[in-house]
Amino acid sequence: MSNLVEIQGLVLRFYTYEGVVKALEGVKLNLIDGETLGVVGETGCGKTMTALSILDLIPPPGKIESGQIFFKGKEKTIDLLEQKEAFLRGIRGKDISMIFQEPGSALNPVYTVEEQISEVFMLHRREELTVAAIEAIERDAESARGGLRSFIYGIQRRIYRKMLKNPRSLSLRFLSRIPVVNRYKRRLRKEAKKESINILRQMEIPDPERVADMYPHELSGGMQQRVVIAMALACNPTLLIADEPTTSLDVTVQAQILDLIKKLKETFKSSIIYITHDLGVVAETCDRVAVMYAGNVVEVADVIEIFKNPLHPYTKGLIESIPRPGKDFKSIKGTVPSLINPPPGCRFNPRCPKAMEKCSNVKPETIEVKKKHFVSCHLY
Amino acid sequence: MGVGSRLREFRRSMGPTIRELRFSISRIKKSPLSIMGLAIIAFYACLALLAPVLAPPVPPPMGKDDPFMMWKDINIPARERVIPHPPSSVHPFGTTEGSYDIFYGCIWGTITAFRVGFLVVVGSLAIGLFIGSIAGYYGGIIDEIIMRFTDIIFAFPALILAMALIVALGRNLDNVMLALVLVGWPGYTRVIRGEILRVRSEDYVEAAKAVGCSDLRIIVKHVMPNSIYAILIMASLDIGAIVLYAAALSFLGLGAPTGYSDWGQLIAMSRNYIYANISSPMKYWYVYTIPGIFIFTFVLGWNLLGDAFRDILDPTMRRR
Repeated sequence: MSNLVEIQGLVLRFYTYEGVVKALEGVKLNLIDGETLGVVGETGCGKTMTALSILDLIPPPGKIESGQIFFKGKEKTIDLLEQKEAFLRGIRGKDISMIFQEPGSALNPVYTVEEQISEVFMLHRREELTVAAIEAIERDAESARGGLRSFIYGIQRRIYRKMLKNPRSLSLRFLSRIPVVNRYKRRLRKEAKKESINILRQMEIPDPERVADMYPHELSGGMQQRVVIAMALACNPTLLIADEPTTSLDVTVQAQILDLIKKLKETFKSSIIYITHDLGVVAETCDRVAVMYAGNVVEVADVIEIFKNPLHPYTKGLIESIPRPGKDFKSIKGTVPSLINPPPGCRFNPRCPKAMEKCSNVKPETIEVKKKHFVSCHLY
Repeated sequence: MGVGSRLREFRRSMGPTIRELRFSISRIKKSPLSIMGLAIIAFYACLALLAPVLAPPVPPPMGKDDPFMMWKDINIPARERVIPHPPSSVHPFGTTEGSYDIFYGCIWGTITAFRVGFLVVVGSLAIGLFIGSIAGYYGGIIDEIIMRFTDIIFAFPALILAMALIVALGRNLDNVMLALVLVGWPGYTRVIRGEILRVRSEDYVEAAKAVGCSDLRIIVKHVMPNSIYAILIMASLDIGAIVLYAAALSFLGLGAPTGYSDWGQLIAMSRNYIYANISSPMKYWYVYTIPGIFIFTFVLGWNLLGDAFRDILDPTMRRR
């Protein structure tokens, strides 16, 4: 088992007017090929930022100060943080893609479902679409009997062959800007649409042909989320980052979406980083769990191990605060500290029931307590 | 594929577009003011298109080779040419100072009004879109520099700045338009920047980034379509306002050259005749009333049309 993603010593800072927000402080995390890794923690402890770092999409004024993110690509392992923007654009949506929290706002209101999914195909799978389009032209050309039509097919075939050879050639870019002439692009769009409907069908959307022509606001939340997942899976990514994909959905739809993600993981053979604060979802879907607190990974273990034998006081607190029928609510006292002036030493020490003097002075090292069970706490 | 099935396919694919168009038309029909605005602008458009028929250019020596120059009636005795003459069969709207034909000036002035309005708005809009989207999308220091520069332009009263520019550039209609563009673009830039700031933080822009779109693609395909409506409405309202500005500049003697068909200029020529004499103060009413009505209704038409556009285009207003 090798690592698909390996994050090492990731430090992320936001330079704001109020001061420097120390959002991530040496995050260390790895994702094994083929697994589902749950990332849990309270709001504002850096789960989403860790995910966005992998895509190198940190919003300004954020800046990654140091660290490496190794990603095992198709040919070789690369450090994502050292790549050029153009290269990353080729990876985003193709090898690594992301599902956003709010399906309603993650879809552009002015485009139909199909147009938005097609965009992903057009961006990353042009070559396959071109090949399919050439085949369609050949078929049409055979059935055409001479005359103007076969002449047009002849021209189209030449254009598409050229497109296959060099999609960014100057003459093609010029042609695609001329009205009427650029109608040749319709074949490409048609192929993209076919693919989009295919992927919608895989999302278990009933009547995908009709849904494809609908606008996002015409769909229910669950349907919207399926479309977002379809967009993310369009290019068969090796890594799928799901940022709280079910938080805004009601429980029954949530179960459906979780089932879908599980099933799709098998068919698409993707690895998943699943960001959530819902431990129930984690138990349901994940193989391993990483617990984050205030920009640090405090505990990593297998999912069963985490629930049976939580070591870090924060993890214990999280598990205890799952509401259970018939029992009193328990919560972790206090709130996530301001990351402009985080507490010294262990960042959890002001809220920790077992805090010692050492905790407020020395930052704990990450140690492997058991096999594959890592924790950073002075208790161990 | 046969023609019939192609037609059916076309109908099916155009279905939603046609439905929306029908809805837009029904929206307009419901509001009488929108219809009025539409009618006024349609009327003016007809006037502009039919100008050579309604007011055929008069050959020299009375007219000029340029059809936009008003013709002078030299049949009027020389010493009476200075004062206006009331409407007659030769001059349906009368003549103004210098025996220029008011009817001819009003009709051909429509073309001038449309030209000034459209060119200035399109010019300002183009600059505003380009600069505003850069400022809004990239933010940071670029945004800061651009917005402070627009603040500098905002600091001057628009009309006075335009006057200064025209004086510096030289007095002709092209320079009037150029000056109005230079004064007008910061307004658009500011609105576009604001809209883009709003849209930029939307999740779908983030999502577009996450599927690997380039910056240009995001701005053009994802941000613009969501932010353009506010600016289009503003532009349609502005066409009328720009015509008012141009008229004001003409009135101050900083517009088109003397004798050019321009409503503002006709008003400027009537300046000395607003009050005629004590016995009949309104004796020369036609020299200022008629061009005034043209300007007034033209601006009113655009304002009403702008409101109609807002009802149709603005997605938040549309379904109310």
